[in-house]
Amino acid sequence: MDKRAMIGARIAKELKDGDYVNLGIGLPTEAVNHIPEGVHVTFQSENGIMGTGPKPAEGMEDEDMINAGGGYITALKGASFFDSALSFAIIRGGHVDVTVLGALQVDQHGNLANWIIPGKLVPGMGGAMDLVTGAKKVIVAMEHLDKKGNSKVLKQCTLPLTAKGLVSLIVTDMAVIEVTPQGLLLREVTEGYTVEDVVRATEAELVIPSHLLDKN
Amino acid sequence: MFKQITAAEAAAMIAPHSRLAIGGFLAVGAPEGLIDAIVAAGTKDLHIIVIASDWEDRGIGKLVVNHQVKSAQVSHLGTNREIQAQMNSGEVAIELVPQGTLMERVRAYGAGLGGILTPTGIGTVVEEDKQIISIEGRDFILEPAIPSDFALVRAWKADKCGNLIFRKTARNSNPIMAMAGRITIAEVDEIVECGEIDPEHVVTPGVFVNYIVVREEV
Repeated sequence: MDKRAMIGARIAKELKDGDYVNLGIGLPTEAVNHIPEGVHVTFQSENGIMGTGPKPAEGMEDEDMINAGGGYITALKGASFFDSALSFAIIRGGHVDVTVLGALQVDQHGNLANWIIPGKLVPGMGGAMDLVTGAKKVIVAMEHLDKKGNSKVLKQCTLPLTAKGLVSLIVTDMAVIEVTPQGLLLREVTEGYTVEDVVRATEAELVIPSHLLDKN
Repeated sequence: MFKQITAAEAAAMIAPHSRLAIGGFLAVGAPEGLIDAIVAAGTKDLHIIVIASDWEDRGIGKLVVNHQVKSAQVSHLGTNREIQAQMNSGEVAIELVPQGTLMERVRAYGAGLGGILTPTGIGTVVEEDKQIISIEGRDFILEPAIPSDFALVRAWKADKCGNLIFRKTARNSNPIMAMAGRITIAEVDEIVECGEIDPEHVVTPGVFVNYIVVREEV
């Protein structure tokens, strides 16, 4: 399994039967392919559908059926369409159980930065600020290091924030880290890496439970 | 009651400096016929209110490429390099607005409200220079309603009473924008008889709609 698929598979384990879930564009959508058997979750796409189904077969695309990333989708039985204000009422109003978003940076206070690199890249926040503010559980899905090899898990985000203190869980190719009032708790280390590898790749302080230390 | 006009007639009503609330999400559900007519008319200095700046060759991206946009309130620019270039050169003034906030601010104008209170953006640059109001211990940003002169929307069908229904995810911001224009122009596939759209299924009541343009086959 490649890095991205692995992250997707790990995130899928966080989804519970009956959850309403919104997956961000890119890496988070990997989770769709790994939902455990017997777990039924309903996916929202913020452009106006609850009950998003898989990509249509080639030639069956409908130009009025896209997800928030612009990719073609289908609607499952029981799906609903709605306008954008209602879609964000669902999101902001706390009716989405889990949202999974990519990140440029995340820090030990649960802050997230994923919408702007001033002077370089200004894609805009789209629906990200509303999703992080409103969803009951916010999971960040990202690679642990950026392309230059710098840690993306920081003591303090340096980029403008998407939201303050609202991230619950960080899933990367190296580790699963929970944001707690005591700081970042290392929950799992991906096979093939050691605790030391994760510590080295993490600029933030990590709280390391003794059972993980014993393993090394 | 609405009047049926052509896309060119609609474009001719729109003066320079008009504020346009335009439906669509990444150009799906965008009123492409109306946008093309405004491109053809060449009207300058427009203010655009839209979820995303779409692509250079689709949706409102075409207005940007033709240098007709002076300013925009928008949540996402990531798919349109041209608007980012024009923002960096100072040609276009951009206010980035979180998507949910954008929708509620537009809806507020259509609903006769002065603004909304939202928790989205607390602790970020979005709250800068804005009033924060605490309600039951939680902080909210006071975000003013967004006024617009024209709403340009894309619907699937209208009936002769002006009621609109939309198609699948092409609905997106269209019903919200339709509420907010002082003049609302809807581009539709067809106009059916009153009563053919079940009142239970009407999404945008005809009271919001001033003009309808029937989309020409592309």
